[in-house]
Amino acid sequence: MGAIRQLANFDKDERHLPPRLSRLGNVTGGGYAGVMPVPIQPLAVRAYTATSALGQGLASHFAALSSHRGGLRENDFSSAPLACWIGRVAGVEDASLPAAHAVWECRNNRLAWLGLHQDQFLDQALDARQRYGAARVALILGTSTASIGATEEAYRHLDSAGLMPPELRRPLIHAPHSLAGFVAEALGLEGPCLTVSTACSSSAKVFANAERLIRLGLADAAVVGGVDTLCDSVLFGFNALELVSPDPCRPFDQTRHGISIGEAAGFALLERADAAPHAPRLLGYGESSDAHHMSTPHPEGLGAELALHDALTRAGLRPEQVDYINLHGTASLKNDEVEAALIARAFPASTRASSTKGFTGHTLGAAGILEAVVALEAIRHGLVPGNLGCTSPDAACGPQLALQSEQRRVDIALSNSFGFGGNNACLAFGRAPA
Amino acid sequence: MTTLQVHLQGIGLWSATLGDFAAFQAQERGESVPAPAARPPAATLPANERRRVPESVLLAVEVAGQAVAMSGHAASEMLCVFSSAYGDQLISDYMCATLALAPAELSPTRFHNSVHNAPAGYWTMATGCHAASSAISAGHASFGAGLLEAATLCVAEERPVLLVCSDIAGSGPLGEMSGTHASFGCALVLSPQAETGSLGRLELTLMPHADKSLRPALTGDTWYETNPIAASAWPLMQNLARGQGKCILAAAETLALCAVLETPV
Repeated sequence: MGAIRQLANFDKDERHLPPRLSRLGNVTGGGYAGVMPVPIQPLAVRAYTATSALGQGLASHFAALSSHRGGLRENDFSSAPLACWIGRVAGVEDASLPAAHAVWECRNNRLAWLGLHQDQFLDQALDARQRYGAARVALILGTSTASIGATEEAYRHLDSAGLMPPELRRPLIHAPHSLAGFVAEALGLEGPCLTVSTACSSSAKVFANAERLIRLGLADAAVVGGVDTLCDSVLFGFNALELVSPDPCRPFDQTRHGISIGEAAGFALLERADAAPHAPRLLGYGESSDAHHMSTPHPEGLGAELALHDALTRAGLRPEQVDYINLHGTASLKNDEVEAALIARAFPASTRASSTKGFTGHTLGAAGILEAVVALEAIRHGLVPGNLGCTSPDAACGPQLALQSEQRRVDIALSNSFGFGGNNACLAFGRAPA
Repeated sequence: MTTLQVHLQGIGLWSATLGDFAAFQAQERGESVPAPAARPPAATLPANERRRVPESVLLAVEVAGQAVAMSGHAASEMLCVFSSAYGDQLISDYMCATLALAPAELSPTRFHNSVHNAPAGYWTMATGCHAASSAISAGHASFGAGLLEAATLCVAEERPVLLVCSDIAGSGPLGEMSGTHASFGCALVLSPQAETGSLGRLELTLMPHADKSLRPALTGDTWYETNPIAASAWPLMQNLARGQGKCILAAAETLALCAVLETPV
């Protein structure tokens, strides 16, 4: 059996299977928990970048996170007034696409284009295409909004026959695959190409898709990431669910009132570890389903715990080896309560944890990649970002929650992403071996 | 390695004229087939959910339930991949129309049902499945890319995988953009090794730089050409009905997936 063979290799690596996390055997009734996830060989994250309300590229994110300076502002985006705060990226409106790609014009693809140009990511992606060949580089992008904002705009300007206006009659942008279709064309990539759209876990799961393709030899490298943009659908949709806070969101605070919605673009370039031995590593990932409710999490965090356990097992890590966890921490009442309890029971106090959604807002389908980038930056700079917006932590919070930013060495960092439909993902990153 | 080998354990299919894979096989043999019920029965869902969920969920759950029942595997343990080119176009049409007129009146239920992973969410809830579930899209290549993704997951994780590919007919200005005039769904249960009741072995090979072969000329006189999943799944479905054959599927804009089906002896 392949799984047993790989487990044997795994032990030779002198890493260890984690002990069962608390309660895991009980809550699953022995079903899913009996299936051992296949351990993975770490992959190199050769390049990565993010653009959000904190600015364009890594330097502006590090500056804002280390100085505890958030990027939220009062809503000046929606087509009708809505009293809330948003994480809006400055300058998206001016980032028009080159004429050759004009058929893809829309806010979401402009944000993608803006994001690709930060931190020389575009050059790194093109270099990978050059080294491996266009068909050997996969492209897996997560999004929940895709370019629905352009569809909304078209519906606001229907002609007298009820049809979309001519400049928006472009079928490619009125589909979920708009983002990945555009980026594939812009980067000239011809390998496996996929949109993952599992709400707020979308751009975390892309790391798992890419790892499997590379493990099986279907690709040599992968551009992963995600882009979500502000639009009426999410602002008024979450508002209808009474999940939007009238004030800047306060993850894990006792007085939290819900989420602040943001937008972001982020990308990472994954390759086999020997191709970039000094790059940080993707060590593992976990994916699970709550099987509980479309828009509220499992009350005991069952799915979240399964994803966490899955990620640690694949990475061969024990909970006490984890230095930092970037939490999902949306500032919704339920998520934070459930996630806080999970962290409190599964990790020692030496593991530090925080949500950075107080800085950026909840960037939905882009949250996975944005917060993966925060986890990678935590390793690179030895920075545990503070949990902006929280002054009086929820009673469920353990001693792990970092209210203020901390300077400390981070070798292993996790990132949690949980989405509607009970869709959970957890990523594990690590420093390159010395 | 650019070839994946998986074993087919179950097949589900639903359209306005075909209620399951057996009906499709009968039609392929030239027999006349009675039309199924107007709404996909989706018996896997609890009765109260069945009344409330949108058509996109009924369609996906119906074909998923058929394929899993045929496979003999427990749905609660199975990894699942849901692929759709457009997701729930009717909800998107409703949402964009409402947002243009009275955004504050947007329905919260329709909003949470608008996520691309709504079928995956309802399926995992109905079957008590805590395994990984995914919802993906790849434009006109949503079927081939879905098959590649599901086979990759199956081989990499050494576990059975449920693949569900479906698109409902559109309406309104968005329906005009998608050009989707018929609903169609199909589902496959893939297994990493041959099992009793195996329906065939599928060998999938990537063929890059294949732009010319991936957009077959449309004849314009068959309903399945107006559904992005049906149009691309049709050649493989015909081979499945026959028990063998080779076909080329689009897995991305210029990436072809050669699918060779052999029936166990």
